[in-house]
Amino acid sequence: MLRTRVIPVLLLKNKGLVKTIQFKTETYIGDPINAVKIFNDKEVDELIFLDITASKEKHLPNFELLEQLATECFMPFSYGGGINDFETAQKLLSIGIEKLIFNSLLFEPIVELRKIITNFGSSTVIGSIDIKKNFWGKYQVYSHSGREIKIKDPVIFAKRMNDEGVGEIMIASVDRDGMMNGYEIEMLEKIATAVSVPVIACSGAKSLSDFKDVVENAGASAVAAGSMFVYHGKLKGVLINFPERTEIEKYLK
Amino acid sequence: MIVIVNYGMGNLGSILNMLKKTGFTDVLISKDEKTIQEADKIILPGVGAFDHAMLNLKQSGLIPVLNKKVMHDKTPVLGICLGMQILGKRSEEGNEEGLGWLDADVVKFRFDDPQKKIPHMGWNLVKDVKSNILFKNMPHQEMRFYFVHSYYFKPNNNVMITGETNYGISFTSAINQDHIYGVQFHPEKSHKFGMQLLKNFAEINA
Repeated sequence: MLRTRVIPVLLLKNKGLVKTIQFKTETYIGDPINAVKIFNDKEVDELIFLDITASKEKHLPNFELLEQLATECFMPFSYGGGINDFETAQKLLSIGIEKLIFNSLLFEPIVELRKIITNFGSSTVIGSIDIKKNFWGKYQVYSHSGREIKIKDPVIFAKRMNDEGVGEIMIASVDRDGMMNGYEIEMLEKIATAVSVPVIACSGAKSLSDFKDVVENAGASAVAAGSMFVYHGKLKGVLINFPERTEIEKYLK
Repeated sequence: MIVIVNYGMGNLGSILNMLKKTGFTDVLISKDEKTIQEADKIILPGVGAFDHAMLNLKQSGLIPVLNKKVMHDKTPVLGICLGMQILGKRSEEGNEEGLGWLDADVVKFRFDDPQKKIPHMGWNLVKDVKSNILFKNMPHQEMRFYFVHSYYFKPNNNVMITGETNYGISFTSAINQDHIYGVQFHPEKSHKFGMQLLKNFAEINA
């Protein structure tokens, strides 16, 4: 039986880790290599690193730092941020990253993504879709640059990415990022039902019961969280942490 | 000396690092024919697509030396993930021929149940269907490893099967025939069990 993956999502800014609220308000968390070492000791299922400035500032991934992280990391390691072409993708895989996460590139002509999928296989590619409710309470796909996109419906967009061959789809919610008020169950359920690939639920987790909720009620294949693994206690003191396996197993199969 | 063959197909640093952590420092990542010629053991890694891997291997010019080391010198070899799949003859994923050291095909997962997602991705159990040196010092039938693949290795000779995993069907997740070993999962990304498995491979008396 396949265990439900529990994945800390760590945000890179320059050489440090930060945590955001609703994709803004950054708090400094600490050193990424130290975080990897802690998560090694905790025997975490998988790690996701996202460089939150790469696309915005149009810079390439920090290959040197990522290579250090991948080498330290004894668990699967996915990375997203500033991967805009085949060459960058190839370089990242060659330095030891298992899976590549694409967001901005999903909104570009599909040819480059197709080339990456054809060469490296679907298993290597995660399509990351950010969703946000608009003024009328309707979910829309949100691109960082705020650009007009033709397909606004997250379900249609996720299905299209599925058809293009991405191996997994990660759904993050701008509204719930850093809020620790539960996952976006309703939309996640629609997307997970519509696609054939695993869906990674992100944004909103506060506790293990949120994991159970999104797996059982939305059909998520994996659960990701940021705040829960970098903050501790009611006052949200910075402390990198991960629950004991026996605790997780009380909630997840 | 253990040589991790670098033919441009992914994750090598963590294999090296994990081996070093278990105490084996005589490990190299290399694409140099002479270095591979001198290896006591060979690790064949790989992530990505079958044809891409075989074409890269061809272009690297390393196939003759690998054939010689494995088929003639009987140097122990461990294929990891796609590195295991290319030990076989062919794959449904592509048109290129595999290395053909083992009599096996690589086939795609096919499920009628839409809930069964492809790729098979995540931590799953490996059932040791027979005792094998790679599983030494591990909890019997409770070994959990990290998988990520859409195709699986299908031996035409069941004798080589040492481990099986269930995902919709039961498929071969570990094999051993003579000095040739293969694992579908990623030991270098599987914490303590992965570390133990790599240690076991490193300790094989060639």
